[in-house]
Amino acid sequence: MTAKEKPKLAMYWASSCGGCDISVLNIGDKILDVDQAFDIALWPCVADFKIKDVKGYPDGYIDLCLFNGAIRTSENEEMAHLLRQKSKVLVAFGSCASEGCIPALSNLTTKEATFKSSYLDNPSTDNPEGVLPQPVTKVPEGELHIPVFYNTVKTLDQVVPVDYVMPGCPPEPPQIWAVLEAIITGAELPAPGGAIIGAGTVAVCEECSREKHEKEIERFYRPHEIVPDPDVCLLEQGIMCMGIATRAGCGALCPEVGMRCAGCYGPLDGIVDQGANMVSAIASVVKAGSGALAGIDEEELAREIGKVMDTIEDPSGTFYRFSMAHSLLTRVRSNGDGAQDGGGR
Amino acid sequence: MSESFEPVIVGFLCNWCSYRAADLAGTARIHYAPNMRPIRVMCSARVEPQFVIKALREGADGVMIAGCHPGECHYVDGNIKALRRYELLKRMLRQWGVEEERVQLVWAAASEGIVLAAAVDRMTEELRALGPLRWGETVISGNGHEQALEEAPAAEEA
Ligand code: SF4
Ligand code: SF4
Ligand code: SF4
Ligand code: FES
Repeated sequence: MTAKEKPKLAMYWASSCGGCDISVLNIGDKILDVDQAFDIALWPCVADFKIKDVKGYPDGYIDLCLFNGAIRTSENEEMAHLLRQKSKVLVAFGSCASEGCIPALSNLTTKEATFKSSYLDNPSTDNPEGVLPQPVTKVPEGELHIPVFYNTVKTLDQVVPVDYVMPGCPPEPPQIWAVLEAIITGAELPAPGGAIIGAGTVAVCEECSREKHEKEIERFYRPHEIVPDPDVCLLEQGIMCMGIATRAGCGALCPEVGMRCAGCYGPLDGIVDQGANMVSAIASVVKAGSGALAGIDEEELAREIGKVMDTIEDPSGTFYRFSMAHSLLTRVRSNGDGAQDGGGR
Repeated sequence: MSESFEPVIVGFLCNWCSYRAADLAGTARIHYAPNMRPIRVMCSARVEPQFVIKALREGADGVMIAGCHPGECHYVDGNIKALRRYELLKRMLRQWGVEEERVQLVWAAASEGIVLAAAVDRMTEELRALGPLRWGETVISGNGHEQALEEAPAAEEA
């Protein structure tokens, strides 16, 4: 690279909500430093580039590509391959790209059920002929093509190798700036190969200022069923806070304002399956069964514990809210309750 | 279902009770289904839900967790934690379409070789009736992802 040539930055959205792009813009006036440091090579949210521009770049032309959004359609997958080829450093940016996030909750159901609720059963949809999206449609003028909608939502690293993963839904602006600043100033980053950047290594609980005591939970509450004590740990109060099974990095934003941590920064260091980890954590803080003595009615004991677990609404959708695509099981079988009724229990 | 289907059960047996029960079943020459692959753990509480899910993902047709009876865990209440995990995991797996018979929690004291053997027999038959799970082949890769890309047109202009 010559002295005056700036490194190239790309940001792309696949199956995403746009929030990750907004979070980058939320770094405030630092965005001017980003503009000064990089030439934009692709960024659909803020600049007008065409796919053919990207196809025309030499391989490895883009120095840093922030890829947000999950892989839900053939177009998403194709863009993932293209941007991998054209980028020196590819970052799975945000929860959708790194863990599947909200789009991957549809792995709890099937493509057919998703189409049914989106295009047929939705009360605000008027579709008397029951038209569903088709990858290829013949019209008098020729064939119309739209991307194929997959049955299973995947993460970016399930389709191409990624160099770094930046968790969060969305990644928090101070974390984004810290990473960009490190890159701009040439500071050393961890070795690539899927390393996590822009997040902590401990649990959200460590950053949470709520008072923590011994937990002996008698039942769980959904957010609308309880007014939480403002100072005490939410989980202790029976609110399904996932701070215990979630990577720090956000500054415990949600519990600090009385909302449960929903788990958006993904699993803890060394944990593959965030939901399974949460099951384990919950089992340690429920009171039912404590002090059971030999000779106890074993079936009654299981029922008593089961009753407490029944107060957890939609355990899969709750514990894998952000990490479904990256979970060990990846998606439900089509005979699951989830698949039949489109989610829930 | 082919008659020759032999279910694979991954069995996590606690060192102090259920593993000894399995040992006893062996030395007492109790005949029971050879379908369980036993893994000795120190306590049923050592079995993280992730182990169970991983076994299902990687080819097991079912998972058995076996430990000491409530009140008799060598570590006081490890088995109560195992029971709580199991009750929650069961509810979760239902949503994933994993039949309840595929993950079972069994209490078997060191002297109960016969109880453990009967549980393995029963579970083997239940799994045989359900058929293979084959999660990796049928659920994860069976979704036509790669094939879909071929039938898909090239991305249109953005
Ligand atoms: S990670 Fe969150 S903010 Fe980013 S695209 Fe996905 S849903 Fe939106
Ligand atoms: S469980 Fe939630 S509320 Fe409790 S300490 Fe952890 S993050 Fe804070
Ligand atoms: S508290 Fe949890 S859900 Fe909220 S931003 Fe932090 S990691 Fe995400
Ligand atoms: S030692 Fe057997 S269940 Fe804990």
